[in-house]
Amino acid sequence: MDYTASRLDKCFAALKAENRPGLGIFVTAGDPDQETSLAILKALPGAGADMIEFGMPFSDPMADGPSIQASSLRALKAGASLAKTIDLVRKFREEDQTTPVVLMGYYNPIYIYGVERFLTDAISAGADGLIVVDLPPEEDDELCVPAVKRGLPFVRLATPTTDDARLPKVLTNTSGFIYYVSITGITGTAEVPIDMVRAAVGRLRTHTDLPIGVGFGIKTREHAAAIGSVADACIVGTAVVNALAGSLDSNDKAGPDTVKAVTDLVSELAKGVREARG
Amino acid sequence: MASATPAPNSFRTGPDENGHFGIFGGRYVAETLMPLILEVEKAYLTAKGDPDFWAEMEYYRKHYIGRPSALYFAPRLTEHFGGAKLYFKRDELNHTGAHKINNVMGQALLAKRMGKTKIIAETGAGQHGVATATACALFGMECEVFMGAEDVKRQKPNVDRMRLLGAKVVPVTSGSSTLKDAMNEALRYWVSKADTHFYIIGTAAGPHPYPAMVRDFQCIIGEETRWQLEEAEGKLPDALVACIGGGSNAIGLFHPFLDDPSVEIFGVEAAGHGIPSGEHAASLTGGNPGVLHGNRTYLLQDDDGQITEAHSISAGLDYPGIGPEHSWLHESGRVKYVSATDTEALEAFALCAKLEGIIPALEPSHALAYVSTMIGDMDKDKIVVMNLCGRGDKDLDAVIPRLEKMGKL
Repeated sequence: MDYTASRLDKCFAALKAENRPGLGIFVTAGDPDQETSLAILKALPGAGADMIEFGMPFSDPMADGPSIQASSLRALKAGASLAKTIDLVRKFREEDQTTPVVLMGYYNPIYIYGVERFLTDAISAGADGLIVVDLPPEEDDELCVPAVKRGLPFVRLATPTTDDARLPKVLTNTSGFIYYVSITGITGTAEVPIDMVRAAVGRLRTHTDLPIGVGFGIKTREHAAAIGSVADACIVGTAVVNALAGSLDSNDKAGPDTVKAVTDLVSELAKGVREARG
Repeated sequence: MASATPAPNSFRTGPDENGHFGIFGGRYVAETLMPLILEVEKAYLTAKGDPDFWAEMEYYRKHYIGRPSALYFAPRLTEHFGGAKLYFKRDELNHTGAHKINNVMGQALLAKRMGKTKIIAETGAGQHGVATATACALFGMECEVFMGAEDVKRQKPNVDRMRLLGAKVVPVTSGSSTLKDAMNEALRYWVSKADTHFYIIGTAAGPHPYPAMVRDFQCIIGEETRWQLEEAEGKLPDALVACIGGGSNAIGLFHPFLDDPSVEIFGVEAAGHGIPSGEHAASLTGGNPGVLHGNRTYLLQDDDGQITEAHSISAGLDYPGIGPEHSWLHESGRVKYVSATDTEALEAFALCAKLEGIIPALEPSHALAYVSTMIGDMDKDKIVVMNLCGRGDKDLDAVIPRLEKMGKL
């Protein structure tokens, strides 16, 4: 089965028509448990998320800060697995045919699941792209090339350390959008320097026509508005995961306001992206 | 164990230009790290071809580390086992008490050439941390060592040594608070400090070029063994034995002999409470291939690809992965990978102290435990060389109560 839904393309086209940046929300699949995670997933579009980065939990998330590490471990402790993550996408897709869901994570669980089996199951469940943090272009034969052959977008990360000489290599085989990592660090650690992001996004645009999403470090409505003035999408993860974590009880179980804690923040951020070009 | 792949003409040509040993190795890191890794690779390739770099290495090997380390015939153990002659490669006599300094000196000199003045490292038992702190003191570099919070508690003497040497020890509380988490944290930190910092990885694992670079710096162990045994016995060894956590001491001994088919080679993993118990650190014997810390290699993991915890009484072997070249040598069948349990290692520890007056580290005690199972069946004119890669002072707190319980003290 090949991927043909092109929900990412349609989403970015619609945003362009509205003349506003999109809001991508990252949540970890199965955090704090499968049921709550599905409820959050279903509530995100209504709260203002234009696309969803759905984290595939991994025991050793090398590029993530403490918040997303903890979120991954919570999910695993509550029984998350790659098969269950794909299942959550399938259940979400039964009700929502338009919001793109990009699966984001690390390679080992996919490698163990089996690359072809993973692509088949992810596409049939209704996933719209992949971001696999520890697969640089040097390892494209592993997953990127097989995914692109099936039509499934493989979204790559570009960083402040990716110079002009390396950019073409990073952009080869990239589709869907470019995820610009706005700081040289791990998720959720620093404030985003807006002038540097503006310059970096400008530099990226001389190399590609793909939409550019910016993430790592966006926390508030104001941030989202500022970053959204230069990017095609703002991607927020750590702040959302922190809001979720703050609603849990002392045993990391979902509280009565867990879904609301997430959607409240998402609604605020959604206002931010709508003010970005005002 | 041997795969259907035909044997290559040489086992010593890897890795390829992308850092692959067969399907193992590679560069599975975030894009943020790629430019750093490529910079290290470029600098290393230049240094490797520069006689001045090796002359400097040679100076520090001789005058600071104390190389060559002795190749010592162990007469009483040989008599005790009643078979082939046993030689120890005495890398425990190196400055800082283990083989780790061989690699650290190479990487520290490389960092210096690259103009980096700040060093980070990960450590489990603390031996690599101590070696790194030592080189940083020697060269006046800032040093930060990431160490699992559990290990900080278990290895206090080494923590104090690092502090004394001027290093900052950073306790890591993420994940299971042990070596793999320390490595995750060091990689995370490096990403944020790429301009100024050099990461000295302690074993022959991680993204390319580390597995090849660490091996090259450790190969002095095997190269010396070759000429020392030629002097002593006029021939090649019949068998080599070394313990394996990440596998840097082992690859250093093995690599110069890989293309000598008469030399049998054994790598000894830590079987902890025994392979069937599931509580062990034997990635090759009890794991399967996966991707972690920048390379594809054998890992301890569950059905979902989540990394599981390793267990060994030896903190230096307590790692859920193994260097990628070992995974390749395992599948090619050139090296035989076996294992020894905590208890077997403790018995070997006590035996070595009593019969040779050498207190080995728990890590090479695993190698000696395996030697004890095979050497007695070999002819008396055969020769076994075992890498005694570290000394045991650091292990006394862990070992003494166990030996008392076993009635060995």
